[in-house]
Amino acid sequence: MSKTKYTYAVARIRALEVSLFSDMVIEQLLACKTAEQGLQFVREKGWGDASADMDMDAVLKCEEEKAWQVIRETAPDMSVFDVLSYPKLYHNLKAAIKAVCTETKDLNIFYDDCSISGEEMMQIIENREFQRLPDHMAAAAEEAFETLLHTGDGQLCDICVDKAALEAIREAGKKSKEPMIENYADTTVAIADIKTAVRAQKTGKSADFMRSAMAECGSISVERLIRAALAGADEIARYLEETSYAGGAEALKESPSAFERWCDNRMTETLKAQKYEIFSVGPLLGYLLARENEIKTVRIILTGKQNGFSDDAIRERIREMYV
Amino acid sequence: MNIAGEMGIVLALLGAACAVLFAGIGSAIGVGIAGQAASGVVTEDPSKFAKVLVIQLLPGTQGLYGLLVGFITLSKIGILGGELADISVTTGLLILAACLPIAIVGLLSAISQGKTAVAAIGIVAKKPDQFGKAMLFPAMVETYAILALLVSFLAVNGIPV
Repeated sequence: MSKTKYTYAVARIRALEVSLFSDMVIEQLLACKTAEQGLQFVREKGWGDASADMDMDAVLKCEEEKAWQVIRETAPDMSVFDVLSYPKLYHNLKAAIKAVCTETKDLNIFYDDCSISGEEMMQIIENREFQRLPDHMAAAAEEAFETLLHTGDGQLCDICVDKAALEAIREAGKKSKEPMIENYADTTVAIADIKTAVRAQKTGKSADFMRSAMAECGSISVERLIRAALAGADEIARYLEETSYAGGAEALKESPSAFERWCDNRMTETLKAQKYEIFSVGPLLGYLLARENEIKTVRIILTGKQNGFSDDAIRERIREMYV
Repeated sequence: MNIAGEMGIVLALLGAACAVLFAGIGSAIGVGIAGQAASGVVTEDPSKFAKVLVIQLLPGTQGLYGLLVGFITLSKIGILGGELADISVTTGLLILAACLPIAIVGLLSAISQGKTAVAAIGIVAKKPDQFGKAMLFPAMVETYAILALLVSFLAVNGIPV
């Protein structure tokens, strides 16, 4: 039974993969003259819901919700998707800590579609009931809250929460016992570490600062990355060339956006094999990430057109599609 | 009625039971798993119902083969006619052995065919125009169930009672 528990879910995902955007559809979207035309184009493809007057954000949010809805309906065990929901959960934590410390209350800054809603998170932080948070969050939440309260330094608070999020993602990946998810979690942490190293190098941060911001992961060595960052941008690229992120080194030299694009493309490339899996959770993860990637790409194109970017500037940021 | 004297018919009946049991279990598992996949596809696209139903049914044939062999055996040993044949232990064992191919191959091939049917349903989900090709892959597994049926059928028929 355990080997076949994803049969229904995978078949449903297979049927849904047909409606994912291919590279050709993205080209068509890119050919639209204005953002309005682009939005109309995706609406014709079935994006958004039946209500007539949806703006871009509403359409994209609706699509994100649809993707998670499918997974919630089909997946026999949602815990394997923790790696994907933790960033939102930790975002809620960060937002709640800041909202409580600055005594503001705006529920629009929270994500609704995660296990602890914005309102609940606000209550937990206000009443300092950190034990109500999941184990992996409690200590980091308390530390970040105290730090922000006593030092007023938003960056220190962010680092504390972000590092805890990365560690939780890696742990969740390991706990899932699914190689695909473990690999995804490890790559997510590694890429976050690389981005931190690049930014820290540019802003001249110390080794201690980097150590407090980076989380351990299997595919790169944090210590070596820190040493490379202290030595300069070229050293980071040189170190990356020794790892499985060698292609990223090239992209990093080009521009930060090229690097982000490379990271997403690499993930899509790894996931493509999941299109031929039939009995594992892989295709579900593949679909979910493919949808996120698709929504991100449509957002990039539409906002690019809204702000009058040239087609070339938009194209540079377009991700490879899953199908 | 002594047990040793009746052992022959017991063994022969056991053969018929094995053929129906194992081939039936295999088919139930195979059709069940393919049915899960078929449900997944129909949830999203009900127009593919007929196509996925045909593929779902492919692993069901082993159960029918088992039934056929079981039926022939029952009629051979006289259980169906109401007049029990006088069967020696040797003949009983022979009939039991004759039933084994469809029992074992039926069980395993139906499960394998079920898994292949799931994959084939995936093809129909993405490329409905490739239905013919998709159906061929699980149908290949059928070959071995038919070979086993053939041997069981010939063997049960050939044993003199």
